[in-house]
Order: sequence, then structure tokens, then C-alpha cells
Amino acid sequence: MSEPQRPFAITLDVGSSLANRTGAWRTERPRYVRRLPPCNNACPAGEDIQRWLYEAEPGGEGYEQAWRALVRENPFPAVMGRVCFHPCETACNRCELDEAVGINSVERFLGDEAIRRGWELPQPGEASGRRVLVVGAGPCGLSAAYHLALRGHHVTVRDGASEPGGMLRYGIPAYRLPRDVLDAEIRRILALGVELRCSEPVTDLDRATREGSFDAVLLAVGAQLARKVDVPGGTAAHVLDAVEMLHRLGDGEEPQLGRRVVVYGGGDTALDAARSARRLTGAEPLIVYRRTRERMPAHEEEVLQAEQEGIAFRWLSTIAAVEDGGIRVERMRLDEHGDPQPTGEFDELGADTVILALGQSPDLSFLADDSAIRLEDGTIAVDARAMTGRPGVFAGGDVTPGERMAAVAIGHGRRAARHIDGWLHSIETTEGPRGELARFEDLNTWYYSDAPATVRPQLDSIRRQSTFEEVVEGLDAESALYEARRCLSCGNCFSCDNCFGVCPDNAVLKPGPPGEPYAIDLDYCKGCGICAAECPCGAIEMIPEEI
Amino acid sequence: MSEVRYYQTGTFASGNRLLADEAASAQADPGRANAITKGHRACQGCGEALGARYALDAALAAAGGRVIAANATGCLEVFSTPFPESSWRLPWIHSLFANAPAVATGIAAALRAQGRTDIRVVGQGGDGGTVDIGLACLSGMFERGDDVLYLCYDNEAYMNTGVQRSAATPPAARTATTEPLPGHPGNAFGQGKNLPLIAMAHEIPYVATATVAELRDLERKVERAMELHGPRYIHVLVPCPLGWGSEPRETIEVARLAKETGLFPVFEAEGGEVTGVSPIRRLRPVEDYLRRQRRYAHLFADGTGAETIARLQRTADRNIERFGLLDGEHGSQRRPLLEVLAEADRGPQ
Repeated sequence: MSEPQRPFAITLDVGSSLANRTGAWRTERPRYVRRLPPCNNACPAGEDIQRWLYEAEPGGEGYEQAWRALVRENPFPAVMGRVCFHPCETACNRCELDEAVGINSVERFLGDEAIRRGWELPQPGEASGRRVLVVGAGPCGLSAAYHLALRGHHVTVRDGASEPGGMLRYGIPAYRLPRDVLDAEIRRILALGVELRCSEPVTDLDRATREGSFDAVLLAVGAQLARKVDVPGGTAAHVLDAVEMLHRLGDGEEPQLGRRVVVYGGGDTALDAARSARRLTGAEPLIVYRRTRERMPAHEEEVLQAEQEGIAFRWLSTIAAVEDGGIRVERMRLDEHGDPQPTGEFDELGADTVILALGQSPDLSFLADDSAIRLEDGTIAVDARAMTGRPGVFAGGDVTPGERMAAVAIGHGRRAARHIDGWLHSIETTEGPRGELARFEDLNTWYYSDAPATVRPQLDSIRRQSTFEEVVEGLDAESALYEARRCLSCGNCFSCDNCFGVCPDNAVLKPGPPGEPYAIDLDYCKGCGICAAECPCGAIEMIPEEI
Repeated sequence: MSEVRYYQTGTFASGNRLLADEAASAQADPGRANAITKGHRACQGCGEALGARYALDAALAAAGGRVIAANATGCLEVFSTPFPESSWRLPWIHSLFANAPAVATGIAAALRAQGRTDIRVVGQGGDGGTVDIGLACLSGMFERGDDVLYLCYDNEAYMNTGVQRSAATPPAARTATTEPLPGHPGNAFGQGKNLPLIAMAHEIPYVATATVAELRDLERKVERAMELHGPRYIHVLVPCPLGWGSEPRETIEVARLAKETGLFPVFEAEGGEVTGVSPIRRLRPVEDYLRRQRRYAHLFADGTGAETIARLQRTADRNIERFGLLDGEHGSQRRPLLEVLAEADRGPQ
């Protein structure tokens, strides 16, 4: 046995520190996690917003990918990019940094691109041979029809109105939602083979189900009846309800209004009615509401736009009587619970038209006296899988309890479709648990560049006092890209390479191309936690080792 | 369509999936040199191991992989090169505590004699080897105009021998040789050396400071240094969880706070003139920096530290004023070197 030749005074061969598995020092290890982004958590339609923003970020071809990711949940991006009150943006973590990401405006941009470029929805799956009746062609019904058609079911949608869209057409004025946009997105759903029968209200549910041999039914008739209030008064002043007025506008009629319009109510419908009246009469209407501005249920955005259009408000007032050429209002005060209480002080206001916008309720006469379908405060009660008390009959949208909003209805439609599909295949379906929320504190915001939000251009307020042209314009491609890239990707890795860069032990591996996940080399990771501390989006957590 | 910036993290993080390769940092490159490879024995969260890899990988990328390193004794050697193992993946030579700059000079001279202009030389060491023990060799290297980039990884004390004070230890910090006592709150004010300013006084081609918290800035400075020839000096602040008593996971955050409070001004200078500063993005009081380190815990233990903290804040304020750290427009405020040096007595006392 001969010793290898080595230099003078050298007794060992050169070795690499790779022989030293420093992973043995570790008491904690990093783990990549996926947290629930607050936007996704807040979206009533159940969109994976962060995913479609991620797809849009490269721009160019990415827009179609983004749109396709978006319509996996919601087939109405161009519509909702206009009318949604975007709770996602209220929840956005970027609010705490500068301003929320303009999610809604990117959604609209993608929706408009899809219409402009003629992108079609995915093709339906193999025909199941099952038939589903959807009652009501509003956002809930059409959303459900879309998701049911994708699953291969034959869907018939019936509606009493002459055109589909429900409240999207008959509740939301054209200056917020142009009809060609609505028509384009409905057409795409119908192109999947959904059968639409307008002007065919369902008056007898049993008969309709039997005659059409339907295997399941979704009730999505909305809440179309205006709530009445007992206002004593003469017949001199013209009193009408907002639902009816907006419905007639939706059908292209012009309701007769005087010059001095008073709208009674504080919800979005009141605002829509007042802003429509502003355009129809050329004069400035007055909104009378019994509480204060802070307690108004209408969304802030609409209130601001109404104020810009010159609409006046009278807070803390109720209409006590409608009189000849005017109304008598009683001043209110808020009690300790924030409820309005009468003061006994009255004022006279000039008015020749009073529009009542005091809430709506569903018309449930078509149920006849079906005792199996349980009601709850004048709405249809459903269980966790959207089924009514009667097996195979589901319900969603405004006809069920809960917040009345287009995005909520679209989400109901999607969820109902999933449960109907399960029912038709005799599969038990449940709503899965929600993931852990990605909080602002989970982020390391140092890494995000400062980037205030783009503001969507708005139609000049003089011009919009007289026309039903769309008020809010869309973003151009550059601004949409900028907005998409403002996303912080809360709680989910977006391949910024920071963990790979900051590890003092080279123990973060990048096995694939950009976009592929990273890996931890546990042979060498000492568990210092720098990767987790310096992850911009909070997608790494440290978990204890078993020692 | 005008250029769209990457408003996510393109400017500050290592990379971004949307960035072109050349726009990402050298550290984002899966083929990076990894000049110091895994298995080294640095503590968890070691700032020096990180800073050395950042700087040398950037130097190797700039020189096409042809770099020789001369290393001073210190932590960096102890954790990377316990006989017979080595973590170094570039030609690397051990030297004494005092003479790494002289060894680097010799290597550069030998290369010149051989006519090898393609190979570049780097000298490196910690603050003890650079600011105290090797200062004479380094000053000679500057003075002779040798073609060496010297990298000082400053963790503000002698860490591998048990955290003794060096001339880079900041005022009020506790070390094994500056224990806080009544009337003596840790390391004394008014002592110590500011080596970046000493290097500038040699009017060498390039001097810069950097931290491990700003990778892009550090890489850019190494690249700039590699474009130049002659003596160049980069001083990198590298937090030491052991000696500073900071959490290993907070190494980068602590370095960031050193810069964002103004205690560690990040700037660069060519030919003795300041040419640029890295402005403070989110100004923070020095207390935010001090509280994260047990070497300053005595300042918060009872009420007696307030005056010392205020004094450290004044040091930071003076740095901010002197280097124009808040406006980022140093050009308009550039002052003659002699004036800067006249104030360079480390502290406003």
C-alpha cells in the first residue's frame, strides 16, 4: 500500500464542504404554502382573481389565458367589470401600501378584449342526457346555465321578460352597462347550446317540470316586486316605483317624469333611478333618505358619481305625505342604535314626481302552495348545497336570503350548478373549507415598488347629465397591464427568485424554468428562516422539525 | 407603447419571472457561480456568507469566471476552509490576518509579469483584518495603485474569536471587550475608523459601501468596480446574528434598517468624490434598528439609555444631511472631499 504523493506538509487530500451536511443543524424548516388571497376570499362570484391577474401580467398572449382563467368561474367579465361593486378591491392588501389594485378595471379590460377579439367560451362536455330547467334569465340563472352546460347537461332557461339578463337589463341603466356588452356575453353562453325561452314566465312550477321532463330545477327569479310604503296623499303628484321605471327603460320606453323629481330611498336602486331621471328630465332630482349618508346602503362609488352629476340629497327625512305640487317630509334623528326616529318637525318640498325605491321582494306566486319549499322572510330558504326543501329543486340569487348583488347571484349560479350536477349524478357535494387567509402582515412589502393606482377616465359630468352613454371608460392596454402588475400575489409564490437569492447556504433550488416551484435542499438548509422573512408575498412558512 | 415597469418586485427582489435574464440579478441565475458553496460552517443566517457570495458571484460574472481571491484570516476563513475542506469554487489563497492586500498585490504583480490581463484579483477580509490589522497593507495597496478590488465584509467586531471590539464597532455596542458599565454604555463614542472615507482620501478609482439588504445595488457596484482598474474598495455591511444578538432570520432586515435609519450611509465615490448615494426609501428612527439587536439591549434595560439613543440618532441625522440620503439627489449637494473629511470624525460629538 503506497501513500499518494502530496505536497510538503500536507497530510489530507483536498475536500469540499459539500461533505458537511449542515441540514443536521436545523430545528425549523421552510415550507412553501398557498394562502387564500383576500381578493379571492371577498369575491362573491368565487373568482380566482389572483390567478387571472397572474396570467395577464405578461401582457400580449397572456390576456387570453387570463380571460380563460376568469371565465372558469364567471362568464360575465365585461358585465361585472362594469357593474360589480368590487368587494375584492376593498379587501385588497395593497390598500395598506398605496391603493387597491384596480381589479375591476382589469376584469373589464379582459372582458372587452374577449368581445373585441371574439374569444369563445370552452366547449361543453359530453352530453349527460339530463335536463335542467332554470327559471329566470338573470345573472344567477345564466351563470348556472353556463356551468351546467359545460358539464354536459341540457339546460332550458325560461324568463317572463322579453329579453334575457334579468336585473342586469331591467335594473341597471345603460350608462352603467351598455346593452351591446350584455348581449355579447349572453350570446356566448347561449352558443353553448343553452335553450332560452323569453316571454314565457313559469306560472306553475309542477306543470313546467312535468311537461319538460326536467331532472332538476333552479329557481332564480330574482326580486322584482317593489316594496310599497303607505304614503298618504292626493293623486296630483305622480308616484311610481323605481323597479318599474328602470324596467321600462330596459325595454326602451321613456317613462313620463315631471321636472321636479324626488326619489325616496337610499339603496343603489334609488341612485340608479335618480341618475336616470337626471338624464331623462335634464333637471336635478332630489334623493330623500331617512338616515345619514354614512348609513346609506348604496355604494360609495355610485353616490360620488351621483353627486358629480348634480343630484341633491336630503338626509334624515321621511316622506309623510304626497301633496298637490309637493311633498311633506318629516325630519328624523338617529337614536343610540342608529335608527331614525321622528322629530315631529315637518318641511314642505316642491315635487311633481315621486319615485319610490324602498327595496324589492321576490314574486313567489308561481310556487302556488307548494309546502315543501320552505320560505324565509318572503324568500326561498336553501340548504348548504343550494337545495330548497323540495328534492331536486334548487334556488339562488335574489330570491334566496342574503345580499342582493349581481356578483353574489353569479356566485350562487356557479355553486348551484355544481350541486345540481352532483345531485344528477347522485354524488354528495359539499362546500370545501377555505384556506388560511394571506394577511398584510404576512407580506414583506419592502420589495414592492411604489405604484399608485390608475384612475379610470370618466365621462365628463356635463355630458353625462343628458345622455345614457357609458359613464366610466375602460383602461387602455398599457394601464391594464400596469394594474395587473400591481398585484402583490398575496400568499402565493409568483417566481420572484428572492428565496433563491437570499439563502446564505445556497439551499434553495430552482429545478425548473421560471414559473415552476422552488425546492429546499434539506441536506444543507440550516433553517435560518431568511427565505421566509424575505419572501415578498408570504408564501413560505417555517415549521418545527421533530427533534 | 412606452415601457411598462415591473411594479411587483422587479426592482428590489432577486428576479421576477417576467424579467429578461439580463435584467435579473446575478443571484437569480440558476447558473450563478456560487463562489462559496453549501456545507460551509457559518452560523444560521450569516450575513458574511451571503455578502461574500453576492460580491464574488458578481465579480466572477463580470470577469468571465477568471478571478483569484486572496483572503485575510477571520470568520470568513474559519467557516469556509477548515482543513482539508473548502467551500471556495474559485482560485483562493489563505493569508495572514494582516497581509491579504499585500498578497493580492503580489498576485496582481505576478499576473502582470506573465502578461495575463484576463485574470482579475480580489482581496477580501472582515472588518478586523481590514480596518485594524491589515490597514497598513491596504493603505499601501491603495497608494501603489495596484490592480486589486478589495472587499471588506464588515460585521463590526472580531466575531470568530468571541466578539471583541474592532475599530469598526459602532458606539454604544456591547462586545466582549466593551461591556456596558454605569457611565460607560458599551463601545465609546468618538473612536473608530471610517474606512470608506479613509479609502476615498487615497483618491483611488472607486470606493463604495453596500449592504446585504440591497442585492441589486451591491451587484451593480461590483460590476462598476470590475470595469475599472487600479485599487478599488467596496465595504459591505454584513450583520452577524451571533455578535449582534439579532435573529438569524432578520439578517437582511437588520442590514436594511442600518441603511434606512441613516446609520450606515450607502454611497459610491470615484477618484475621491462622492458620485452617488442610495437614498432612504422609508425613513425609520434608529431605535427600530437598535431594538432588534441584543448588543444594544442595555440601552433599553432601564431609563438611562435615552441620551445614548438620542446621540446615535444625531449620528444618523448627520449622515442623512451629509450624504443627502433623503432626497437622492446628491449631485446638487456634492461637497469637496476635504470638507467631507473634516467632518469625518465619526460622530457629532
